[in-house]
Amino acid sequence: MASRYLKLLTKPLNDENPITVQVLGICSALAVTVQLKPAIVMALSVTIVTGFSNLIIASIRNTIPPRIRIIVQLVVIATLVILVDQVLKAYMYDVSKKLSVFVGLIITNCILMGRLEAFAMANKPWDSFIDGIGNGIGYGMILIILGFFRELLGSGTLFGYRVIPESLYAAGYINNGLMILPPMALITVGVIIWIQRSINRKLIEK
Amino acid sequence: MDVQKNSYTFIYSTIIVVIVATLLTIAAVSLQPAQEKNVEVEKKQNILASLHIPSTPKNAEELYSRYITGTKVVNEAGEIVSGVDAFTLNMREDLKLPRNKRHLAIYEARKGDSAFIVIPLYGKGLWGPIWGYISFLRDTSVGNDQPEFNTVYGAVFDHKGETPGLGAEINQPWFQKPFMGKKIFNDKGQFVSIEVVKGGGTQNEPNKVDAISGGTITSKGLQAMLDTCLSVYQNYFKQPK
Repeated sequence: MASRYLKLLTKPLNDENPITVQVLGICSALAVTVQLKPAIVMALSVTIVTGFSNLIIASIRNTIPPRIRIIVQLVVIATLVILVDQVLKAYMYDVSKKLSVFVGLIITNCILMGRLEAFAMANKPWDSFIDGIGNGIGYGMILIILGFFRELLGSGTLFGYRVIPESLYAAGYINNGLMILPPMALITVGVIIWIQRSINRKLIEK
Repeated sequence: MDVQKNSYTFIYSTIIVVIVATLLTIAAVSLQPAQEKNVEVEKKQNILASLHIPSTPKNAEELYSRYITGTKVVNEAGEIVSGVDAFTLNMREDLKLPRNKRHLAIYEARKGDSAFIVIPLYGKGLWGPIWGYISFLRDTSVGNDQPEFNTVYGAVFDHKGETPGLGAEINQPWFQKPFMGKKIFNDKGQFVSIEVVKGGGTQNEPNKVDAISGGTITSKGLQAMLDTCLSVYQNYFKQPK
């Protein structure tokens, strides 16, 4: 029993990672990872939304009229996203400003619809909830790795605190401005995929 | 129950919509005061920042009431307009009015022995709105034909979505700092605004600051914003206090 849940939770972290294996949710992964803090908040928001939308849809899956199921799924996702957005605006205003439109765009994040259609419509609520949380963490993990390297190399800070010592700058080191821009984020995602595949050989296509 | 039936689909969607609408309304109404407070505190922090007073969201209210001594609204002729609150004035809507009908907000501040005024700015960047606050040091030693408010003490700018690394740099200290000490009137007392140009001005040109390479449209927008928002204050600045 427990191992089944563990499998649901850990599969999206590696073998079925939404970003590096399924290549979903790339847009927001590139946009919000300039700094670590928004990346973490985005990761948490998406995890909450995937978990609870999976839970809600799985609980009502037998009552949803098949012809409007996509609409019902979207309504559930949109409601949760708006709630997250409103809470962020009220209690984490500075972060909410940095995430700006991307919280709203969680609605169109392919990971959500994908999990609802592929998993929550056919599985029990609790399994679906775990699956949603797992996928949220799988997505968030990549976001945090990206945010870490982009902020460190692009701005020389972590969580806004300077970590690269002044003496290094005095010796001629400069921040890599390219890291701040989205193209470098895409290249970093590529590097992560490369590293993951060189470790996890079964992901390599024949 | 037959989930394929049309009537079921209609009833189902109606119920879902009602539940969702109720939920969202409750959330929006209950969180609104906290959200409005955040916007207000941010504005106060910006006004304080233009006076070089660092603040955090926690102490902004207290510092604001300590340093800002009053607010007022004037018209283009420099006369006081009553019945309009400077703090809640909607600049975006107000900028659409003809010059002589505009409401001009002024924040008066005192820091040590010096008196200042802060003026709000609002304009267009490349991708969306840009805004800011600019403060002027009051100089009472000038001659009668010269305006008392001429020298910029500090400026802060912000933007909704300018290009990161280029136009978005307007909210960075390296861009804002050179505004300090600039003059918006020339020797003859004529309004010249502040120009944002490549390389900034020389010593003899105290109304020019350095623009952002690669952020030309944002720089130009900022210059236009300064011109539109400050030129209407000319009469107020020039009139004897």
